[in-house]
Amino acid sequence: MKERKLRVMVAKPGLDGHDRGARIIARAFRDAGFEVVYTGLHQTPEEIVHAAIQEDVDMIGLSSLAGAHMYLFPRVLELLRENGVEDVAVIGGGVIPDDDITVLREAGMKEIFTPGSNLDGIVQWVRENIKPRS
Amino acid sequence: MSTAVEKVIAGDVRTVARLIRDIDDRVPGVREVLKELYVHTGKAYVVGITGAPGVGKSTLVDQMLNHLRKKGKTVGVLAVDPTSPFSGGAILGDRIRMQRHSLDEGVFIRSMATRGHFGGLTQSTRSAIDVLDAMGKDYVIVETVGVGQDEVDIVKSAQTTVIVVIPGMGDDIQAIKAGILEVGDIFVINKAERDGADKTQHELRQMIDMNQKKFEEGKWQPPILKVEAVFDKGVEELLVEIEKHRKYLLESTPGIGLAKKKERIREELAEMIKDRLFQEVLDRLDESGDFERAVDSIVAGELDPYTACDDVLSNKSGLLK
Repeated sequence: MKERKLRVMVAKPGLDGHDRGARIIARAFRDAGFEVVYTGLHQTPEEIVHAAIQEDVDMIGLSSLAGAHMYLFPRVLELLRENGVEDVAVIGGGVIPDDDITVLREAGMKEIFTPGSNLDGIVQWVRENIKPRS
Repeated sequence: MSTAVEKVIAGDVRTVARLIRDIDDRVPGVREVLKELYVHTGKAYVVGITGAPGVGKSTLVDQMLNHLRKKGKTVGVLAVDPTSPFSGGAILGDRIRMQRHSLDEGVFIRSMATRGHFGGLTQSTRSAIDVLDAMGKDYVIVETVGVGQDEVDIVKSAQTTVIVVIPGMGDDIQAIKAGILEVGDIFVINKAERDGADKTQHELRQMIDMNQKKFEEGKWQPPILKVEAVFDKGVEELLVEIEKHRKYLLESTPGIGLAKKKERIREELAEMIKDRLFQEVLDRLDESGDFERAVDSIVAGELDPYTACDDVLSNKSGLLK
């Protein structure tokens, strides 16, 4: 067997309609050689978690630019736990204040990327920290 | 029975999701599970949907899901998207159109990437169909972009193949893969609200009729349907035609359904042997480094590819004398 291929999901939770960032990230992940499942806009945390389970992804990337991250991100983490999924990492990106980042990290988010984050840096972070679940 | 097999049959979503991943990643041992699963397959009806990018395949599948679920049918969807030949990555976006079914336990949607020439796409998709079949889905819908031979091969494993085009594509269909007209059991002209739907329907009819060597009494005549998937128009009619085709395969004499099944199994088995042989030889060559060495020699002009192929096979695998 060759190495497993990394599968990730890029999702836009909530009513936020700004998906350019999410699309650019999805492309960067594709160019890095990952398989990227993109869910499109306006997803509920429930929809994201169900899709992630069906797609057997190793990581979920949540994008939020509309300020609802303090509800949406932890809700995704909570639903993963409720469904017995312990080994799928969740990262976030968007306009997220520093104070919130601390709280979100404590809640279980692996990493948060804010505006100005470098694409190569994000890809590098994923390569180093997320491995295909064996 | 192994635990994995039991869980798949019980419809456990995470086990199924994992198993399809293992198939895709070619995890050793997955074949043993598939062997055990095979006796539990054959109940699902497999529908292939293919067509050029942008004709609305995913939207059509989404509406079909809606209608089938209203009838109480459970459905598995395999949505195949191309892998980038440059990076090996893929953006799998077919789900976008189907996400409203994400919470429905009667629907299982899985995106798959083509993974290039060494990936054995046809093989893994067929195995994934078996898994969804064994998990108890009434229908399995396989959606592919009908551009490559692999994709055409995949839809051949479907019992009913639906080819989707849009108005204005009439003449261009000639240019679509040779052989795609022959595999179509049902044709859909999607986005039929646009100009030219009637003309396209007419052109398609002519092409299909020309293709069929002669009219035979009782032979399946591929219908051409005008559909507006976004507005949910014509989708129910499509399902009616799929059911008609299913009935035709079951009831026609002399046993077209059986003949088609036999043909399918012949192709699947040949494909499986080819795929397995290729993969095992390639794995061994990769390990020993012989493959790369042969490539280098050919590039350097020291060796021709024919001799290299003979060398590689005779030395390492002992397959050729």
